[in-house]
Amino acid sequence: METRPGGQVRSRSPMDFRDSPEEAAFRDEVRAWLDEHLTAEFRAIGGRGGPADEADWDLRLEWERLLGKDRWVGLSWPEEYGGRAASFAEHVIFSEEYAKADAPARMSFFGEGLFSPTLLAYGTEDQKRRYLPKIQSVEELWCQGYSEPDAGSDLSNVATRAELDGDEWVVNGQKVWTTLAHRAQWCFAVVRTDPTSTGHKGLSYLLVPMDQPGIEVRPLHQMTGTAEFNEVFFSDARTAKENVLGEVNDGWKVAMATLGFERGTAFLSQQLAFQRELAGIVEVAQVNGKASDATIRQELADSYIGVQIMKYNGLRMLTDLVRKGVLGPSSSIGKLYWSNWHRTLGERAMYVMGTDASVVAGEPGGEYSLDELHRIFMFSRSETIYAGASEIQRNIIGERVLGLPREPR
Amino acid sequence: MNFAFSEEQEQLRDAVRKFLEAKSPESEVRTLMETTDGYDPAVWSQMAKELGLQSLHIPEAYGGQGFSWVELGIVLEEMGRALLCAPYFSTVVLAANAILNAGTDEQKAELLPGIASGETIATLAFTEPNGKWDASGITMEASGSGDAVTLTGEKMFVIDGHSVELIVVVARQAGTSGEDGIGFYTVAGDAAGLTRTALATMDQTRKQAKLEFSNVAATPLGAAGSGWAALSKTLDQAAVGLCNEMAGGAQFVLEESVQYAKDRVQFGRPIGSFQAIKHKCADMLLEVESAKSAAYYASWCAAEDNDELPVVASLAKAYCSDAYFHSAAENIQIHGGIGFTWEHNAHLYFKRAKSSEILLGDATYHRELLAQRIGI
Ligand SMILES: Cc1cc2nc3c(=O)[nH]c(=O)nc-3n(C[C@H](O)[C@H](O)[C@H](O)COP(=O)(O)OP(=O)(O)OC[C@H]3O[C@@H](n4cnc5c(N)ncnc54)[C@H](O)[C@@H]3O)c2cc1C
Repeated sequence: METRPGGQVRSRSPMDFRDSPEEAAFRDEVRAWLDEHLTAEFRAIGGRGGPADEADWDLRLEWERLLGKDRWVGLSWPEEYGGRAASFAEHVIFSEEYAKADAPARMSFFGEGLFSPTLLAYGTEDQKRRYLPKIQSVEELWCQGYSEPDAGSDLSNVATRAELDGDEWVVNGQKVWTTLAHRAQWCFAVVRTDPTSTGHKGLSYLLVPMDQPGIEVRPLHQMTGTAEFNEVFFSDARTAKENVLGEVNDGWKVAMATLGFERGTAFLSQQLAFQRELAGIVEVAQVNGKASDATIRQELADSYIGVQIMKYNGLRMLTDLVRKGVLGPSSSIGKLYWSNWHRTLGERAMYVMGTDASVVAGEPGGEYSLDELHRIFMFSRSETIYAGASEIQRNIIGERVLGLPREPR
Repeated sequence: MNFAFSEEQEQLRDAVRKFLEAKSPESEVRTLMETTDGYDPAVWSQMAKELGLQSLHIPEAYGGQGFSWVELGIVLEEMGRALLCAPYFSTVVLAANAILNAGTDEQKAELLPGIASGETIATLAFTEPNGKWDASGITMEASGSGDAVTLTGEKMFVIDGHSVELIVVVARQAGTSGEDGIGFYTVAGDAAGLTRTALATMDQTRKQAKLEFSNVAATPLGAAGSGWAALSKTLDQAAVGLCNEMAGGAQFVLEESVQYAKDRVQFGRPIGSFQAIKHKCADMLLEVESAKSAAYYASWCAAEDNDELPVVASLAKAYCSDAYFHSAAENIQIHGGIGFTWEHNAHLYFKRAKSSEILLGDATYHRELLAQRIGI
């Protein structure tokens, strides 16, 4: 009996990394838009930055609003909420073209990237209509109020409380490491609404306006010399009763959904920025001669391998995402991978700089300020900590992907 | 964009896995690895007749089925998983591709149908005692001109070289160096003047031989002297194939480790509940998934025969070599004492990982080659 594989089907391999005609058309549209709008002034800002870089804030804000006006902010939202209903693949195409154009680093990460998908999944119709337009127009920026002094990796240990007082929640407690709290108009916070509860239960996902007397934001200086994150003190801070996302006392799953978005898709768009950073480091090595050192060559090649595989992994996950609609705990693999890769790149950048690495930008006695390579070297230390430290990611992969027994808690 | 296998391709994987579970269980691997030829001709023939594996990616014009490198990659992944002992890599990946890349249409028509039908087993004799994987390693010279050529010299580490019927030999024209003057030649396994000696291989599941040529009459395959491009391409394709094989082995040892970590109890709880073990498994998963991504993407590049192939072949070979070895090594550690025994299968994969890492150039070699290929 002939049981030849594949039977009669002789079609070309369906695995394909080229754009479909629709994808190609979308790519053209993105390119054309960027070509037209990314003027010299905006181009000068460059792709560096992100939450870690506040240089050119006003100019970046202006650019972000331009993006929002043409619905590139919120591009994957449904059309009824002002989005373009872009597919996952289109989202990636947008990010690719955006990175290729070296357009300014995005600022609406917390609002657009983390809060809006959570809002679309758990929000009421009123909440969606209230918040999405202002995220898109970049009139309202958001910050993430999760971590507290005693609730880091163990987020369920949150102690900040909210109690109902008539039509309002009254919030008391403290958040810490809150990135861009000093710039944000709103905070999505995990707070304890059942005072008798402990752990995952009795928490709610509360939306709190930042501009009020009950909130004090104190900047925290980072090892980079800048201060993008903050302590946030709530002393009888207030927010309207309806500003809870999901059910009261059932905020844990909402909070986890946000973390899924944080770990899940970020690396898809990061890959090209990383590639550019590596190209910059290779250039430095070629100029200063380190590129002929056998060890440095090995390391640069290894970083190249790592960033390419990051792309292939991302494309495989994307295919999975399109098929299943969710990434699930395997998003931890992506987070663990890119944060480690980037940290190693930062260390290698220092080897490439050689002795020059001992001097940073700026004036002696002046403000501590970093050039690009030092910035990668320093900031990447935080990436294996935030959005779930690497040790926590390994626990998640071990327990939820591989099914290994939980550690005793 | 689509980075997934089709339903037909998944069916192929299932069929090959079932076949190998039946025909190449660990007991069979252990029996065959103790023999000199290292394969079972009956199984080899079933592979050809029942599953058509030898003919898979050979074009229909030459007696094959005309599938792509993506399908070939799937088959190799399953073979790596099962540690199949057979001259498949030598015959189908090395020799058949060398013939496809270097041979004239007539030569392909003459040589490939035998390979496709499973009647001919073959290999590529390329490396020499210097152990190099680049053009500088080829010192064997071809003398004579036209069709009257003889080969003298030594080839080493030739996969299945002692048991095959057809040997594709790489040699150079007298007085040439580097990438110039490289040519392919075919020689029968029983040719006069050829002495073949099986080697005692560290990885007993893949056999190697030393081939000593003394004025052996050989037939030029394709144009003599301009073979480097075809050889370089053959080696890149072979690296892609090997990456898939390694990914299959790496996936298997990961599964073994995870299962053992769930089952083995110490200090009153499964060892997999300890982070030291759990985190090893998590890191293995990350590496194994990444190795698969690289291998699959590389298969696609080989299928498309696109410009990315050389870069992707080297990057995948470097990554998969390290990932497989690391996983196979951690697998021993996670198994403790039992993992160090001859009876346990961990060492079989550990040794296959090491021999695959060496084959076609190790990770250090490929990172340097990659650096050159991307212009660093
Ligand atoms: C740059 C930056 C920006 C940030 N921005 C925000 C933000 O905007 N909003 C916000 O809410 N938070 C933010 N964070 C906080 C971040 O989420 C926390 O730092 C993180 O969750 C870790 O918590 P922690 O700092 O309390 O460390 P800890 O939880 O105390 O961890 C300390 C060490 O112990 C390890 N550890 C902890 N538990 C375990 C365990 N079970 N097994 C093994 N090891 C363990 C950790 O991996 C880590 O290495 C930011 C952090 C940084 C660095």
